[in-house]
Amino acid sequence: MSAPLLSVRGVRVAFGGVKAADGVDLDVNAGEFLAIIGPNGSGKTTFINLATGYVKPQAGTIRLEGRDITSARPRDVTKLGIARAFQIPQLFTEHTVLENLMLAVAANQGFWRWQSPLGSPAVREAAMDLLTTVGLADMVGASSNALNEGARKLTDIALALALKPRLLLLDEPTAGVSTDEKFPLMDRLAAVLRERGVTAVFVEHDMDLVRRYADRVVVWNQGRVVADGAPDAVLTDPAVLRDVVGVL
Amino acid sequence: MLHFIIILALAAAFAAIPAFFPWLAFVFTLVLAKGFAALGVAILLRAGLISIGHALFYAVGAYTVGFLSSRAGVNLLIPQLVAAAVVSGLFGLVIGLFMVRYRGIFFAMLNLAVSMVGYTLLSKLYTLTGGTDGLSIATPRVLGMTVGREAFEAILLYGGLGLAFVVGIVVHRYLKSPMGEALPAVESNEIRLEYLGIAVPRVLLFAYVGSAVLAGIGGAIHALIVGHITPDLAYWTTSGQLVLVAVLGGIGGVAGPFIGATFLESVRAAAVIYAPDAWNIIIGAGLLVVIFFLPRGLHGLIERITRKGERP
Repeated sequence: MSAPLLSVRGVRVAFGGVKAADGVDLDVNAGEFLAIIGPNGSGKTTFINLATGYVKPQAGTIRLEGRDITSARPRDVTKLGIARAFQIPQLFTEHTVLENLMLAVAANQGFWRWQSPLGSPAVREAAMDLLTTVGLADMVGASSNALNEGARKLTDIALALALKPRLLLLDEPTAGVSTDEKFPLMDRLAAVLRERGVTAVFVEHDMDLVRRYADRVVVWNQGRVVADGAPDAVLTDPAVLRDVVGVL
Repeated sequence: MLHFIIILALAAAFAAIPAFFPWLAFVFTLVLAKGFAALGVAILLRAGLISIGHALFYAVGAYTVGFLSSRAGVNLLIPQLVAAAVVSGLFGLVIGLFMVRYRGIFFAMLNLAVSMVGYTLLSKLYTLTGGTDGLSIATPRVLGMTVGREAFEAILLYGGLGLAFVVGIVVHRYLKSPMGEALPAVESNEIRLEYLGIAVPRVLLFAYVGSAVLAGIGGAIHALIVGHITPDLAYWTTSGQLVLVAVLGGIGGVAGPFIGATFLESVRAAAVIYAPDAWNIIIGAGLLVVIFFLPRGLHGLIERITRKGERP
């Protein structure tokens, strides 16, 4: 079996008395879609914050393809191929949707060329492709500040995709997206990720989405991984149904 | 295109007016000096960073010219301007490495504090700086030629205007580049920028050094046109004036600070003649009008005209 893409060993982090990660061991394998489920406040988002360097663990190590990234900063982690989309979309509110995307595309190709315009044809085209992928092609000129929550979410995901990551961490990717749009969005997203060979971890509360898109499910509760396996097995486990799914 | 035509027309008017009112040549050269420095302040304002200390770099540019002229005997216009820009940039680099870690009120106050240290040093190091008496600056040679004072002032005005045009184009290109567009992104969402793999301190350091260079050029022009410099150039009120000019003119385009400086210096010059005790009131009223009705500054007027003109 090949080495995991992301390997977390003995990670501990607590906020005051609340343990968000309590000696967690977790591997993310290349190419898989891993869903993390668990009650609110159990530490799921903290896992994403840990993996991207936003939160430093009080103990334990995090490795990306064997390289220690435990102390790396978010921008260093990003350069190594990990991107994230946020639970609350993080956009540049002074810019239009297209400009948001062009900044993200430029960040990945020639950001420091101060004399070249942001909207060069190559960057603009790549940004438009991404907006088409997430279904926002008709909103290019809209101010990102004026979008509804669903469109903000999609823009946030497109920003992460622009970085061409190897590992994409999605925090409730369809929260705020209308019920009708959830599955089409996830279909498009899953197709793009499979096509590009991107490994994905997504924190999710919607069990229908988990069943349909996850290759593997990890159940996170009170800072611990309490179940880990195929969706069919995990989501029918009586203990998971009683302690976790029942309270989602 | 319409925007560019309006800017060109304003620049042409700026160049023509002193031909009819020669006494305004001095005022308009000061406008250029303040405009350069305020453009530096405006670059940082785009990132939401208010520097109440950029007079320090203005003074560094002026004193570089002063030292070259009175201490080193280098009385050559272009080397003086280049040296002022380089030395200001180096000061900006050293101070900027520290400043770019801070945001909001801390950034503003730290810049103020450092500039006041500079002011005190300029005032107290008498043997080096001439203390509060300042330094006198001889009229430099231009391209190896000795020119009379009147001709030199004309060269400084029109050469400065040409320099403002070239620098304006360079700064415009920078502001439209990913690095320039990242400045408002620093204000709106610094975390997202980091998550795009962008080193925000590096983005800000580039802007800070650039703004220091611009302030230094402004200071050099000030020193050359006035012919005498004092530590007051580094005083906090000068910094405040640069922020005022940037806000009055607007930060939406590189012409904004120059427009703001034209307004400020013209009102001040007129007030000296017609209302010597009221110029602060006039400037204050002007600032209130801009804040209430022109949130993008006087440059915002050009933006409005451009939008109307280009609407199908």
